[in-house]
Amino acid sequence: MTVHTVFRRALLAGGLPGALFALWWFTSAGSTDFYLPPLSTTLGKFGEVWTPERLRSDVLPSLLRLTAGYLLAVVAGVGLGLVVGTGRVVRDVLEPVLELFRAIPPPVLVPVIMLFAGIGDTMKVIVIVSGCMWPILLNTVEGVRAVDEVLSDTCRSYGITGPTRLWHLVLRSASPQIVTGMRQALSIGIILMVISEMFASSNGLGFTIVQFQRSFAIPEMWSGVLLLGLLGFLLSLLFRFAENRALAWYHGLRRAQRNP
Amino acid sequence: MSHHDLTPVMAPAAGPAIGSGSASGRRRPVPTAALRGLAGLAGLVAVLEVLPHVGLVSADYLPPASETGRALWQLLAEDPFWTALGDTLTGWALGLAIAVGAGVVAGVVIGSVPLLRAATASTIEFLRPIPSVALIPVAVLMYGTDLRSKLLLVVYASFWQVLVQVLAGMQDVDPVADDTARSYRLGRWGRVRHVMWPTALPYVMTGVRLAATVALVLAVTAELVIGSPGLGRELAVAQSSGAVPQVYALVLVTGLLGVAINLVARAVERRALHWHQSNRRRGAEG
Repeated sequence: MTVHTVFRRALLAGGLPGALFALWWFTSAGSTDFYLPPLSTTLGKFGEVWTPERLRSDVLPSLLRLTAGYLLAVVAGVGLGLVVGTGRVVRDVLEPVLELFRAIPPPVLVPVIMLFAGIGDTMKVIVIVSGCMWPILLNTVEGVRAVDEVLSDTCRSYGITGPTRLWHLVLRSASPQIVTGMRQALSIGIILMVISEMFASSNGLGFTIVQFQRSFAIPEMWSGVLLLGLLGFLLSLLFRFAENRALAWYHGLRRAQRNP
Repeated sequence: MSHHDLTPVMAPAAGPAIGSGSASGRRRPVPTAALRGLAGLAGLVAVLEVLPHVGLVSADYLPPASETGRALWQLLAEDPFWTALGDTLTGWALGLAIAVGAGVVAGVVIGSVPLLRAATASTIEFLRPIPSVALIPVAVLMYGTDLRSKLLLVVYASFWQVLVQVLAGMQDVDPVADDTARSYRLGRWGRVRHVMWPTALPYVMTGVRLAATVALVLAVTAELVIGSPGLGRELAVAQSSGAVPQVYALVLVTGLLGVAINLVARAVERRALHWHQSNRRRGAEG
């Protein structure tokens, strides 16, 4: 890689974001519109608003709830998915029910779950679980169903059964699909993290942003929107990193099959 | 040079085939599966009916299925319900149409010019994961409970689904087909029209299907949180007035709406791709 190509790549990757940023910066520079403050003001507020104490008191609880809910959803989704996916009868019986549950827009469940769990952390975690679980579950079912028959027969003839078969054959074959479900679930989880806090809360990122909006602290509100966007971006980056490590074998296999 | 699907790891299972009439086994498995599915749904209703009666769950939180059914029946007889349903569907359809139109146009333009593609990749990767709910406060301030604030959320969320799928599809072009088109002196537009678009179509349809689901979620969310007219707002009202059976009835309605949208989207997909289904590779996963 020569200096030239490195430069070209950097220009391609950074050019447009830089240009857009500059455009926003300069067009908003003299803005007197109350709702669209200059970017410089928003960024100035960013450091002021999101101090370490604030991050600890509002962002950390949000992230902890998201992590707890997401992990529970992964465990429940994959576990149930394995059960539903392996048994034909179970699958036939449950499929319409699961499709119905999946089709319910997850935020709608917030009022229902509030009936049972009040407005505390438990409610928020349950909301996240109840939204994130379905894509993981249904993708696991699909993945388990599509296990290669030759591999399955090979396993049987080698006497590989029980947990060994589950771990080395079923989970392994279904993992690309499970990861797809987990990726969909992550963006749903972020949405639900914010929504559950907008409903009823005393802390959290969504709560803080809505507070700013209600008290017409506009630059502060924009800084919160920026932080939320940044958070979404970082989480998806983290996910991609983890996926590339966990599924390196699969992506390599696909590449090899595409360009024989 | 048979170019069949070589991926044994992931069979191209395009979702559970509801109501599919595949050539083989049309007789037996489908009715059994349908019957079992009905049994499952009946079981769900029975459980929901019995749980509050036995006292495992308080009927204040989970009314028996019969009561929810009655509430649903009452809702269906009222005009406001149908107005709300219409509002939700309007927001959904309009938002989805805008997102699909913009996504396809942007995707085809970006996807057919390699330089543009390289230059926009990082921006798309940055903007896409921004959760659309981050825009709720912005939408409230700028448009209030107007239809536009609902549209802002719906369009933002579903646009990326379509765009990313179109881009993935345009990239999946068979190099041999592309070279052939070139040697026949097809221009850039000709190649887009006759080589890239047909390749991308399955991906596009997947994108539209995903976007249709996401659009419903965001439409209802906007109504629920912002208070734009629609089913979501009815739900918020029912919840704050303690009308628990209505809450469940409305949740059920949104779920059925979701199922209906899913079924229609799959049917449209099958129709549009009837020529392609057999050798269809699974689109870049959502």
